[in-house]
Amino acid sequence: MSEGISQPDQPQSVGNAGHDANADLFSKFDPLIQQREQLLAAGIEDPFSLVMEKVISPTRAVCNGRDTILLGTYNYMGMTFDPDVVEAGKKALSDFGTGTTGSRVLNGTYQGHKECEDALKEFYGMDHAMVFSTGYQANLGIISTIAGKGDYVVLDIDSHASIWDGCAMGKAEIVPFKHNDIEAMEKRLKRIPEGAGKLVVLEGVYSMLGDVAPLKEMVRVAKENGAMVLVDEAHSMGFIGENGRGVAEEQGVMDDVDFVIGTFSKSVGTVGGFCVSNHPKFEIMRLVCRPYVFTASLPPSVVATAAVSIRKLMHAADKRAHLWENSRTLHGGLKALGFELGTETPQSAIIAVIMPDLERGAMMWEALLKEGLYVNLARPPATPANMTLLRCSLCAEHSEEEVQTILGMFERAGKTVGII
Amino acid sequence: MDRAAVDTKIRSLIEPFNKKGVTIEDSTTFANDLEFDSLTVMDFVAAIEDEFDIIISMNQQAEIENYGLLVDAVVKLQDDA
Repeated sequence: MSEGISQPDQPQSVGNAGHDANADLFSKFDPLIQQREQLLAAGIEDPFSLVMEKVISPTRAVCNGRDTILLGTYNYMGMTFDPDVVEAGKKALSDFGTGTTGSRVLNGTYQGHKECEDALKEFYGMDHAMVFSTGYQANLGIISTIAGKGDYVVLDIDSHASIWDGCAMGKAEIVPFKHNDIEAMEKRLKRIPEGAGKLVVLEGVYSMLGDVAPLKEMVRVAKENGAMVLVDEAHSMGFIGENGRGVAEEQGVMDDVDFVIGTFSKSVGTVGGFCVSNHPKFEIMRLVCRPYVFTASLPPSVVATAAVSIRKLMHAADKRAHLWENSRTLHGGLKALGFELGTETPQSAIIAVIMPDLERGAMMWEALLKEGLYVNLARPPATPANMTLLRCSLCAEHSEEEVQTILGMFERAGKTVGII
Repeated sequence: MDRAAVDTKIRSLIEPFNKKGVTIEDSTTFANDLEFDSLTVMDFVAAIEDEFDIIISMNQQAEIENYGLLVDAVVKLQDDA
């Protein structure tokens, strides 16, 4: 789950507007348009039209005219302004131009794309790496391609939209189970007809509440039942695990995961997606995976920055330690102030603050913005159990003092709005 | 289990989800009449799956718009198992 402003990650069918011959195709969006107008009429700054006029660092920007601390960017490792990374991008821009203007399988594979895939293979210690133009396309492409007609995809109900859309695009039977429920997953796996192909799709960190999956048990159960396992480590790469490979590494099940999906738009600090695997036939994906084939490849500057960033993340143990420190301080501090949080303990770099309702959530979001703090407002129906959340994602570049400043802002805003 | 028995069983399973006490007929729809959201659908489907030891995939769920179609589907899935 994640970025859906007005829609859940799991696709829904939208009602039709009747059979008027001149029906406006946009009529079906009227309820949403009205809801949005009401929210804005209440005088609240539009949470979904924020403009960053100036970005000063991974943790600071000028937003809607105000100097703002960024606490909702997924820029976990703060690589966006790393001098080596920036330099690599500039050099590739000069040497290779602004774009490839072509598909990876035609004229769109440059030296930089190969180097980026080499960096990923080394980072994960895997045999194969395939770079997509976005993380969304990586899930869309891999899931829809490997699970075909007659196969079964067993997935967590709180999966990200890119996973659901990969399921919708493929022809496999889709079987969801209750969030992080090992027993529910096992029961469903055992009911799948004998001989059918099985793919279990999990995430390391779920981005709504920042909670971690019990991958150790889930991967074991999946393997015992003859399933292949795909883990989306978008929110854990670079941070969780000894080498920053993610939750599967942290829980010691890396060798049993068949496919790791990830993104460059979080810890790596640019844009793009990937899949790494040890499957001996993996390279055939480059020819059969449509979201890989039928789109232009990433610009040379992007893959150059990604490659340098990934290599630096291999040796970022100190940053990882500081980010954990930040996560613990913010989680403990918010809890002590009396806020209700998405997880009992800090499990990742995401800390979700649960709001009593959408109205006060929007008020709190605005109060924080006026204090000079940007967080993500997440609201139904994109959230689990229809909660309204203020999602905070920490950065390794947030200083100790900044985290204290953030806690002060939450305290003042929380009291103004009457939540604490 | 024959259709009548399956029907009786599902009627008892639907009760905790039927918060407004809607009268259940074969034509009762889940989305409109019972106002099930996606989370309720998941919990309700899980309850049926566990009771009958079957899988109702989302692909199959898409075809099941009302109560009668659900009973038919469960009868069939049960026979296939």
